[in-house]
Formats: sequence, C-alpha cells, structure tokens
Amino acid sequence: MAGQLHRRDVVAALLAPRTPDTLVIAGLGSSAWDVTASGDSDRNFCLVGGMGLTAIIGLGLARTQPNKNVLVITGDGDMLMGMGSLATVANVAPRNLSICVLDNELFGETGGQPTHTAGVTDLAAIAKGAGIPLTSTVRTEGELKTIVGSVHNEAGPQFHAIKIMHEELDSPKPPLDGGYTKDRFRIALLGEAAAVGGFRG
Amino acid sequence: MTKTDWPAQIFDVLRAQGITQVCHVPDAGHDRLITLCNAQNDMAVTTLTTEEEGVGLLAGAWLGGERGALLMQSSGVGNTINALALPAACQMPLLTIVSMRGEWGEGNPWQYPAGQGAPKALEAMGVAVFRANNAEDVAETVEAASKIAFSSNKQTAVLLSQRLIGAKSF
Ligand SMILES: Cc1ncc(C[n+]2csc(CCOP(=O)(O)OP(=O)(O)O)c2C)c(N)n1
Repeated sequence: MAGQLHRRDVVAALLAPRTPDTLVIAGLGSSAWDVTASGDSDRNFCLVGGMGLTAIIGLGLARTQPNKNVLVITGDGDMLMGMGSLATVANVAPRNLSICVLDNELFGETGGQPTHTAGVTDLAAIAKGAGIPLTSTVRTEGELKTIVGSVHNEAGPQFHAIKIMHEELDSPKPPLDGGYTKDRFRIALLGEAAAVGGFRG
Repeated sequence: MTKTDWPAQIFDVLRAQGITQVCHVPDAGHDRLITLCNAQNDMAVTTLTTEEEGVGLLAGAWLGGERGALLMQSSGVGNTINALALPAACQMPLLTIVSMRGEWGEGNPWQYPAGQGAPKALEAMGVAVFRANNAEDVAETVEAASKIAFSSNKQTAVLLSQRLIGAKSF
C-alpha cells in the first residue's frame, strides 16, 4: 500500500540530528534532490547516475570510516537494481551503516511507472532475508521518529523502507560535477591533501 | 628455470601501492591472489554478488580515503559497464585486474563473447586497458596500471591473458 508520509519531511527528520560525523550518500534523482533540499553539505555525496550503486558506495565508505555514521538515502527503484548489495552489506556487517529507502512504489524520475514494491515485493523482508539484523517498514510519523533515533544512535547495519506518497516537487540540484563533489567530500573528511593526485588516504 | 609466482607478485605490488581494499567475484585465475589477500589482516577482502558492486564499493572506499582493487573474470566486465560511469564522472581512481577467458585455447564456447568483448567494453567506457601475456610482465604491468589510476584519478584495467592462466578444456 502506498505511503502517506511526505518525502521532504522524512528526509528533513532523518537529517535533523546529523553532526559533522554523519556522512550521507544519496541515490540518483529524487533522493538527491530531497537531501539537497535539507541543505547542501560537503559531507553529502549525491549521485546523479550510477543507478543501483548507492547502498554499496555506502558500504565502501562505512568500512573505511568506522568512526563516522554513514547514512544511505535512496529510492526503491535504485535499491531494487542493487538488491545483491544488501547481501554484501549484511555479510560485511558494518555497525555504522544505515540504509533508508524512500519507497514511493514508483520510478518517480522517469514518469512514475510502478516498481515491484507496488506489486508483491517487500524490500524490508528482502533486507532481513539478506541478513541485515535491524530492518523495518515505516508508515507513520511515530514509526519514523523511532527509526530516526535508531539510525543516529543504534548499531547497524540497519535497513528501513519508508513508505512515502508520490509527489511532484521541485528539484534542488546538488553539484552535478562529480569530480567537484568527490573532492569536496574528501577534503571535508580527510583534509586538503585529499584533493591532490596520489594522496595515500 | 623456476616458474614465476605471478599471483604472489601481484600481491606484493598491491601491498606496495598501499591497496587495502580488495573485492571480487572469484575466478580460478585469481584464486591464489584472493587466498593471499585473505591471509593479510590489514587488507579488507569483500566477496561481491556481482562485479558492478565492486566499482561502487571501491568508489565508497576512495571517498573514505582508501585504495582498492577489483578482481574479476572477463565475463564479469560486462556487468560493470554502467557502473563505470561513476568513477569516470567523478574522476575517481579504479584499478581492476581481469583474468581472461574466451581467448587462448578456450574450451567453453560460452566464454568467447564476453572474453572477446571485454577489452572493447572497458575501452568504450574510458578505461585504459593493459595486458600481461607472460608471467614476467605481470608485476610491472599491475604496478604501472596502479600508478596511473591513483596518481591521475584514472580508471585502469590489467588483463591477465588466458595463456598465462592456462586454457581450460571442457
Ligand atoms: C541504469 C539506469 N537505468 C535507468 C535509468 C533511468 N532512471 C533514472 S531515475 C530512475 C528511477 C529511480 O526510481 P527510484 O529510485 O524509485 O526514485 P524516485 O524518483 O521514485 O524517488 C530511472 C529508472 C538510469 N538512470 N540508469
């Protein structure tokens, strides 16, 4: 059943408790616009392509930055394309990774065609079956509040499918130049030297 | 004449290049290298469900400040194609080592299409392709590709010829 929650409110709530130790990877399209609407940050890495890769990028980052909290925010279409990565995430099992799917049951960016979650597919059940210990499907404000607490305070890996409504919204763009976004993120996290070729990290 | 232990040499190059993240969908040609990496405590080895995950995983690791390498079979190259847009668009380094099938004396006809297509597919996506045909060339080829990747934020691939690994008969 399609959701009642508004995506911009959901993302604002997810990001409200963020600190400089919170690193955000946003999936292509609407999720990237939502994260940007909550405030552009040098600790956001917003995808504008690379469909299916958002969660696994989050895994690579979480693994190399165990003292930071990595939050993946993406769409159901993107997550469905990278479903195998849930199994990889579960087996690596980083404590500092949360994956939040904004599930409008549609490919929103491409005209609103229904995705598999509009049919019979349950993403939280898939995440659980992949072996992710903490999973939920969120439909209400109260449930949203609970998972905002767990994303920022409890050990991962965690996976939350948040049922949202379909809305036509504006598209606040993150920087579209990937080279800039990457350098900006690495400088914020690792210092000035991270922009220089050959940097050893 | 002693046989060159090229998988151990690749391992030594990866260590010397500061590579701490290794990910793979396994191939027999990479088996010994994967075993060596698994035995190394300060190397994180990740088994993937599909090769495109490796491109994303290593991009995330690079954002976090670590260098990695993706090990795959030539049949996995096709799985990575759209994912290769990520390091290309973001000017991120990528080093992949591809064990080739579908070429020298291949006995499995299903390996030919992806084996013959792999270098072209990589090049089409902007990856610089290097090839090692002989055991003696492997270490320096991997080192050269790694230097280009990490000093210039380029995507590079080393193809390990099937001649090196040995033809597989069916
Ligand atoms: C490999 C690939 N296939 C198709 C597309 C086209 N495309 C762009 S966004 C998108 C839908 C994303 O849907 P979802 O993740 O559910 O996000 P929503 O916009 O619904 O929030 C698609 C199919 C693409 N960018 N890449």
